[in-house]
Amino acid sequence: MARAVTQQRKIANTALAWGIGFLIFFPILWTILTSFKTEAQAIADPPIFLGFDWTLANYEAVLERSNYGRFLWNSIVIAGGSTILGILIAVPAAWSMAFVPGKRTKDILLWMLSTKMLPAVGVLYPIYLLCIQFGVLDSKIALVIILMLINLPIIVWMLYTYFREIPGEILEAARMDGASLREEVLYVLTPMAIPGIASTLLLNFILAWNEAFWTLNLTAAKAAPLTAFIASYSSPEGLFYAKLSAASTMAIAPILILGWFSQKQLVSGLTFGAVK
Amino acid sequence: MGQIKLNQVSKSFGDVQVIPPLDLTIEDGEFTVFVGPSGCGKSTLLRLIAGLEDITDGHIEIDGTDATNVPPAKRGLAMVFQSYALYPHMSVRKNIAFPMKMAGLPADEQNRRIEAAAKALNLTDYLDRRPGQLSGGQRQRVAIGRAIVREPSAFLFDEPLSNLDAALRVGMRLEISELHKRLATTMIYVTHDQVEAMTMADKIVVLRAGFIEQVGSPLELYHRPCNEFVAGFIGSPKMNLIKGAEADKRGAPTIGIRPEHIDVSTSAGDWQGKVGVAEHLGSDTFLHVHGVDGCDPMTVRVDGELPVKHGDTIFLTPQAEKLHRFDAQGLRIE
Repeated sequence: MARAVTQQRKIANTALAWGIGFLIFFPILWTILTSFKTEAQAIADPPIFLGFDWTLANYEAVLERSNYGRFLWNSIVIAGGSTILGILIAVPAAWSMAFVPGKRTKDILLWMLSTKMLPAVGVLYPIYLLCIQFGVLDSKIALVIILMLINLPIIVWMLYTYFREIPGEILEAARMDGASLREEVLYVLTPMAIPGIASTLLLNFILAWNEAFWTLNLTAAKAAPLTAFIASYSSPEGLFYAKLSAASTMAIAPILILGWFSQKQLVSGLTFGAVK
Repeated sequence: MGQIKLNQVSKSFGDVQVIPPLDLTIEDGEFTVFVGPSGCGKSTLLRLIAGLEDITDGHIEIDGTDATNVPPAKRGLAMVFQSYALYPHMSVRKNIAFPMKMAGLPADEQNRRIEAAAKALNLTDYLDRRPGQLSGGQRQRVAIGRAIVREPSAFLFDEPLSNLDAALRVGMRLEISELHKRLATTMIYVTHDQVEAMTMADKIVVLRAGFIEQVGSPLELYHRPCNEFVAGFIGSPKMNLIKGAEADKRGAPTIGIRPEHIDVSTSAGDWQGKVGVAEHLGSDTFLHVHGVDGCDPMTVRVDGELPVKHGDTIFLTPQAEKLHRFDAQGLRIE
């Protein structure tokens, strides 16, 4: 028998979920609202929620002062490039780990994940020096490679979990049916794993888009993505909140829209394995 | 053609030897069944023949040519898996066409073979469905269809019926037997169900712990099991094995008598016992008789009309010419 859930319980749970959802979303909402305020209203005490004079002046000022298009393009190249490069490396890696595991496969997976626990700042110096050595400081190619390496463990893990769900017998059947390794991956494995590959792509793109430590430390002007664009509006004195909010809104808008349209994919990707 | 020959083939996983070196020849057109308890190595042996596992030592010959290092795709064998292993993203038509597509057959030839296979397997109305929209029996037929369109030199079946319900299993058993009669292609069939082995096979290979215990026709195995293991494994219900004084009296450490080879009387006989459980199947009744020295309970098969019930005292006499005798090592004494 299904567990009985009373009507009140349902309402309370729904209200609680909406409350938590609102709490999580509030900082973003507040940023967006602040971006439409004047600088004075932005720091008003008590804060003004909706009853302010809506203005686009901050956006005009930001667009006038900075070349938003260039930052946006850099973000797209860095996030997109590192994601595609990562997938190309991770698909064969995950394939071999899922379908022809060796004695050390589990260890390698855990070791890869453990690299995510290292504080990034610990390797800032060596990587900074390497960038200088190779003359790629403040270049998109350096960030594409570094962000790809940083997110590679997550991509491999996600694809690995997806591939594990594909019964090995189906791939064996393809082999018996005369498929070569290339045909097996092309006609059988990839079509079956497309939902998994798509959500991995999306999540990794978002992670790379939001990455701030390396993008801030290894870029100056040429390769600076939107994270650097936001940072250029924060001042130590905490002034110009409205303009900072406008810049932040513009930086997160593309990814927010992408996330909104692909939320179904993302959720199924992140909870994959847990529900089956 | 489809003769398969194993020469001293062995398989180890790490330090564990699952198939000790064995020799086996499967003749062209033969329906061979590998049977044994779970973990006996029968599926591994099939996968070695398929090429899905590498053999550790020895040689496999298919049609007289060494296939030991030939990849599965090139061995010309077709396999039907226990889980059916259909491609879930393809329609039934595409599933059946896949091996022909891989072989590069022209489209009209592909269609001709698909139509023929679909007709033979009653799948014509389902060609445009996905595997997920089919029942278990239909899926199994698609898997068989995918195997026959290739016109392989041999079919390999890995417990193909164990995911089906009992009624469907009997029907599919017949269909596979008829398919074999029609195609006359070599078939190797793995099962743990001795009924499937007995009803379908030309030749049964009984395996235990990787060793071949006996190879023979179903009736050879039934009438002349070479050891106690085969005696107990082939036949349903199991042969009664009797040790002790009753066996010594008949000149062997262990004697065996099948439930259907025991005469029952209410007045006199060699052994006396009390009926425990009586399983009434209608046509027959299986009695589990307690109190017989050296074999408790003893299973006896009697006519379904015989009025016996729990607690009755009955007398049992084994048919002397149907007795099997085994030595201390469990081997048959002639």
